[in-house]
Amino acid sequence: MTDMTIASTPAAPIATDRPRRPHEERAAWGLVAPAATLIVVILALPLIVVVALSLTDYQLGAKLWRFVGLANYADLAKDPVFWRSIANTALYAVAVVAGSTGLGLAVALMLQGTGALAPLWRTIFFLPVMASLVAMAIVWEFMLHPTFGLVNAVLGLVGVAPMNWLQNGATALPALAVIGVWQQFGFAMVLFLAGLSGIPTALYDAAEMDGAPSAWARFRLVTWPLLAPVTLFVVVISTIRSFQVFDTVHALTRGGPNKATEVLLYTMYAEGFEFFRTGRAAAIAVVFVAAMLVLTLTKVLVVEKRIPAR
Amino acid sequence: MARIEIDGITKTFGRTPVLRGIDLDVGSGEFLSLVGPSGCGKSTLLRIIAGLTREDRGAIRLAGAGVDHLPARDRDLAMVFQNYALYPHLTVAENIAVPLVMRRLTPAQRLPLVGRRLSGSRAAHAAIAADVARVAETLGIAALANRRPGELSGGQRQRVALGRAMVRRPKAFLMDEPLSNLDAKLRVEMRAEIAALHRRLETTFVYVTHDQAEAMTMSDRIAVMMDGSILQVGTPDEVYADPDDLRVAEFVGSPKINVIAADGPLAVALGLDVARVPDPMGLRLAFRAEAATLVDPTGAALAGPVVHLENFGGDLMVHLAIAAATALVVLRRDPHDPRPRIGETWGLSIRPDRLLAFDAAGQRLRSIVGRAA
Repeated sequence: MTDMTIASTPAAPIATDRPRRPHEERAAWGLVAPAATLIVVILALPLIVVVALSLTDYQLGAKLWRFVGLANYADLAKDPVFWRSIANTALYAVAVVAGSTGLGLAVALMLQGTGALAPLWRTIFFLPVMASLVAMAIVWEFMLHPTFGLVNAVLGLVGVAPMNWLQNGATALPALAVIGVWQQFGFAMVLFLAGLSGIPTALYDAAEMDGAPSAWARFRLVTWPLLAPVTLFVVVISTIRSFQVFDTVHALTRGGPNKATEVLLYTMYAEGFEFFRTGRAAAIAVVFVAAMLVLTLTKVLVVEKRIPAR
Repeated sequence: MARIEIDGITKTFGRTPVLRGIDLDVGSGEFLSLVGPSGCGKSTLLRIIAGLTREDRGAIRLAGAGVDHLPARDRDLAMVFQNYALYPHLTVAENIAVPLVMRRLTPAQRLPLVGRRLSGSRAAHAAIAADVARVAETLGIAALANRRPGELSGGQRQRVALGRAMVRRPKAFLMDEPLSNLDAKLRVEMRAEIAALHRRLETTFVYVTHDQAEAMTMSDRIAVMMDGSILQVGTPDEVYADPDDLRVAEFVGSPKINVIAADGPLAVALGLDVARVPDPMGLRLAFRAEAATLVDPTGAALAGPVVHLENFGGDLMVHLAIAAATALVVLRRDPHDPRPRIGETWGLSIRPDRLLAFDAAGQRLRSIVGRAA
């Protein structure tokens, strides 16, 4: 019905040159009000509260608090744990983005056109994306267990000495990154599969006729360039998701050993709910939101403008 | 420039036979069109020649050498695709250069940035750029060298696709409905241009089309395909005027050939030697629009009312409803001659040497020829 009405009506006249009549003005505000209210209550207000809190020395449960200006931010700038946390988050994000994008692309290329079993494989590889990460973290904890874990058992078969993966400062963050890759690559795979199905097969025929000598040459000539918009999208989305890492850290390492897995959201959580320094936690939250904003703007301004050329 | 010999090619997709034993010989430097309705297997045959699809049985020889074991890239052929298949991320010049880049440069030299710094690379890249510029100049697209395919019109993309095919000197050009995405006017222009290109390059062309006009106007010879078989191979004149099969006669030529179901008496009345027909039932006679003239209906073997006139300026098509005909009979007349009016009844006089007889299965009966009536 609606479609027909839209199709048969020549472009709805929007009278910009004519002043709106009062009842139209009221109707317009009335129609916008529900959505506007929700946006203000759910998004804008909490954000304003957080920014306001970050300018105070409020502590959870305290009766008194005062305005301290940018002192919380100044403290953060001098706090080595905060900088360690930023560096760890960035390292984690780089590893997880590279790993999940690369693995997602590789699996998508292998699954492309593999016939009847492809949907099954696709579902299996996508499961970690949908699974509860806290529950999965427990499974990984068992797998990585120093004495009876599966990982050490398998590595033992090829003569690698058992390691305490999560309690070793050198391996804890990489171990978390591996779990992050495991969790995220299925998402990249699904997007790459969609991207691959959009590449016209005639281009592969053309590459073959043009003498592309190897599968790698055809990948470089056709697949990779035509997947570029999808790749950019995957990279931005998985960067955003990597910055949000919290549940595995909380369940497996609690930021340790010795701050080796301290990441931004975990630091914020510890400040706010373990040390009850709410003002300081709010300052970290503001830093985090700013980083997310930059990434999201990148996505909107760069990725969504790049429509794949056909 | 090479001869293409096709020997007993069969191909089945699933349970559907697509090609049922194709034998075809394309002479060196010849322009051969594979023409037929969609689904007749012509594109599959072209892809098998190219090496993009593997035949179930049969053999292909290029310039005398078997190529069945070779992948498409090693057969030294060039192909122009229906939707052009240009690389959307490369400029016009880069698109045209791809076949040279892939064949002349080593994998290391093809690397971005570093590739150009390797020894001998600069000279190779310069040679490629010169070849690309020469081809772009020939096709009149030199000014577009730095544009991307998305910024080009259909006709310009078509030229880029041609340029990419001719930048090398392949053994043969394979073209898969290259003009079907162009508008009618441009199609006619490109028809002449591709024919001229063939004369200049003197290379073997195999051209797939469903448009009989393209096949008629460009080809040295036409192979008419239907249902996975080649019905007839011949010059445009032969398939037009001397078809082996009623389906060939009906497919080639515009307007469509007139067909009348002629049992004994009508055949006699048209001056045919019916005694030589083994099975006069199901005999069908066909004649082209220009092979008959309008005459006084009294005593004419075929007569009927004029139901429609089409004036093309240079030609006047007269449509007559004739009982024995399978469809309206169309005659071509000079518009400057006296014109029949709609509703008038006219008789037909068919030139006996242009009357074609076919049996019930559609096979041409060459033994029966008309006598002057």
